[in-house]
Amino acid sequence: MARPYFLQEELRGVAGALPQDARSEVGEASDLSLVSRVRARDESAIGALYDRYSSLVYAVALRVLGDTGAAEDVLQEIFLQLWRKPAAFDSARGSMGAWLSVIARNRAIDALRKRKPETDIEDVVLSVETNFADNADRGRALVKIREVMSTMAGPQRSVLEMAFFEGLTHSEIAEKTGEPLGTIKTRIRAGLLSLRAAVAG
Amino acid sequence: MAAHEQFAEDLALYALDALDGSQKAAVEEHVETCASCRSELESLRGDMALMALSASGPHPPQRSRDRLMSAIAADRPVIAPERETVSSGGWFGRLGWMAAALALLAGALLMNNAKEKNAALQREIAGLQTKTAAQDAELERVRREFAPFFAPGIQPVTIEVPNGHPQPQGKAIYVQSSGKLLFLASNLPALPEDKAYELWVLPITGNPLPAGVFRPDNKGGGIVVNPPLSAGVAAKGFAITVEPKEGSAAPTTKPMMVGLVS
Repeated sequence: MARPYFLQEELRGVAGALPQDARSEVGEASDLSLVSRVRARDESAIGALYDRYSSLVYAVALRVLGDTGAAEDVLQEIFLQLWRKPAAFDSARGSMGAWLSVIARNRAIDALRKRKPETDIEDVVLSVETNFADNADRGRALVKIREVMSTMAGPQRSVLEMAFFEGLTHSEIAEKTGEPLGTIKTRIRAGLLSLRAAVAG
Repeated sequence: MAAHEQFAEDLALYALDALDGSQKAAVEEHVETCASCRSELESLRGDMALMALSASGPHPPQRSRDRLMSAIAADRPVIAPERETVSSGGWFGRLGWMAAALALLAGALLMNNAKEKNAALQREIAGLQTKTAAQDAELERVRREFAPFFAPGIQPVTIEVPNGHPQPQGKAIYVQSSGKLLFLASNLPALPEDKAYELWVLPITGNPLPAGVFRPDNKGGGIVVNPPLSAGVAAKGFAITVEPKEGSAAPTTKPMMVGLVS
């Protein structure tokens, strides 16, 4: 009877030192320095960015898609894109977390509507005052955002959520709610602006 | 100016991609040329980030991180130590593997085409549309099957024995993220009736994974296309052993060819 011959044994001599999964300490490296390390193909840097922002990206994708598997796919896709195109992140504007969360929302909507990704990550340019890299800053903003959302009138809030988390167009929302297009448009804009005002104030 | 006002109003909808086709195109065009609208659009996207922040929830599972890191590791170009000696292969020159894969693809298409034509003659009355649709679907299938092998960063691994003439040689083109594998071999020695070659994926950790059993053709050529492999397995190399013709679950002979991912 033939005895299994394990290639592992054979290879031990040939392979020599195979690359170990080196996970260096990244500490509190800035997003920017991590991105420049990603550009230099440093795998631990993308790991550090993942550890910093994956929860945010995943939460957005999960809220939109309502399915953990689909949300994991979006998460995977976004960080792979970041690995492949770190230069897409324009550090001059906004923080990486804010940028990733908007990309997460857009990609999740694409997945929800079962269409090919419509926006290139390079096309997402944004500016925001909140420092998403800083947990305290993020936490403070979140408290204010929750406050604004909870005091927002029911119809206004639901219109904003339909546009943001369900990816409905304003005419689809108008059809669903039976309200005029102009009202929908105003509510969406006012809703977004109230978030900005709350965080700035 | 009135037009500008109108666009400014629509910017929030545009940021959310909540405009319908023609309106979207109109805003897009305006934003290209209007710096103040562009800057407001960037602020509105910032507001979207705030909205996104409100969606807090559970953390992603650890497997997501593992999956990402192994996909990233796989994104590195995979090139085996290239040996200068093997020029005898002919169709396996430096770019030969691609030519070989394309020839394979062309062959598959031609054959398919012929089959389709035959069938079309028989059902000429039924119309030609069915045929076109079937061909398109088949072309699409073949294109889909082969596309990953030509993605940037995917390169073949050469595996061979150190000496001998003519040299047996194989090329394994492996796409870790999807578990796709194309293997082409040449100059393989003929085998007894009851034996076959078996291809193995050597994972970074764990035992070799069977990746297809094949018998060489009369010129010593062999092909394995997309054996059933799980996606995401990080490979440190590939190997060929001689096995009983039905294949083995684990290698039973010493590998005759080994190629390591550099």
